[in-house]
Amino acid sequence: MNCIKCKIKAVIDLPRHNAAFCKGCFNGFVHDQVARAIKSEWMFGKDAKILVAVSGGKDSLALWDILLKLGYKADALYVNLGIGAYSEQSHAKVTKFTETVAAAHGAALHIHTVEQEAGAGIKELAQLIHRPTCSTCGTIKRYQFNRVAIEQQYDVMATGHNLDDEAARLLGNVLHWQEEYLDKQGPSLPASVAGFAKKVKPLFRLSERELAAYAVLNRIDYIVEECPMAKGSKMIQYKEVLNRLETESPGTKQTFYWGFLDKQSKKQPTATTMAEKDRAVLHPCTSCSQPTTAEVCSYCKMMARAKTAAPH
Amino acid sequence: MQVQLSHPSRTVEVKGPKKVKDLLRELNLVVEAHLVIKGDDLVTEDEMLYEGDQIEVRPVISGG
Repeated sequence: MNCIKCKIKAVIDLPRHNAAFCKGCFNGFVHDQVARAIKSEWMFGKDAKILVAVSGGKDSLALWDILLKLGYKADALYVNLGIGAYSEQSHAKVTKFTETVAAAHGAALHIHTVEQEAGAGIKELAQLIHRPTCSTCGTIKRYQFNRVAIEQQYDVMATGHNLDDEAARLLGNVLHWQEEYLDKQGPSLPASVAGFAKKVKPLFRLSERELAAYAVLNRIDYIVEECPMAKGSKMIQYKEVLNRLETESPGTKQTFYWGFLDKQSKKQPTATTMAEKDRAVLHPCTSCSQPTTAEVCSYCKMMARAKTAAPH
Repeated sequence: MQVQLSHPSRTVEVKGPKKVKDLLRELNLVVEAHLVIKGDDLVTEDEMLYEGDQIEVRPVISGG
């Protein structure tokens, strides 16, 4: 199989694009897809100060790598969740990438360690407050990324969510008719109220397999093992189903998610926009000032419960 | 040939020569959810794999 552009031996075939590429042309394809995503969704301009949420996995490290190579000013934040050897390994991968790749572009890494603030790792913390680990993790990550983005005055926060993540999430929302979540499934969420950073997903045009290939080809050393807390999760089940459909019928995932985005963009504007809805229900948390619908935000409530429940 | 698999990490012996797509089919693995790496190089579905090749079949799905 040869590269469709330069005709030398291909290293990856992309059935959904009816294409195959050599390393150089594949890198060009990936960079072009990200540039198109940034432009088409008005994510950020050339001089924006970007904060990338990195985990040590392929998607977030690939995103940081791509943004730096496209010439953007992008720093990163890593949240150490305290999941034993898994967190140690992922932390080491992020540190290595920072030192060997990002530092040469003048980019910096911020680190937040859950154990330092909460007094326990994510698994123990979830047990203390009687909440599922993945939901505790989501609350902490969302809170910390927003906090650092606001405090350090970043213009926008970028996450490594890819086409598979978004298609799987859409499938879950549709299967359970969670229509209220659909408005927030776009790849670019505005900073609707003071205290909320703008959030973007520049990888929404690229599949998980394409991003893993980008990481392998560019020698990005990422954590291959999946998070031990995510085993058997619903998201993984949805992804497996979508990948079986994709293998039989290439293009299924992009038709599903991009088709949804297309329909959303053509919807008649409702009387109140998402930003107006947010402004109507959100106000500063009385404890930390981050926007919340309640008097005290879910992160502060969680930390207060953890302190009460912790053995003295 | 030796084939390295993940989740859980293990090595299996598969008889070659064999095309990448036939290897994945034999292992009952979905193409869209895996990459095949020969030595240090990524290979396409039609690549032929031979006895003595060091192969890694790497899953690409993450928790999300």
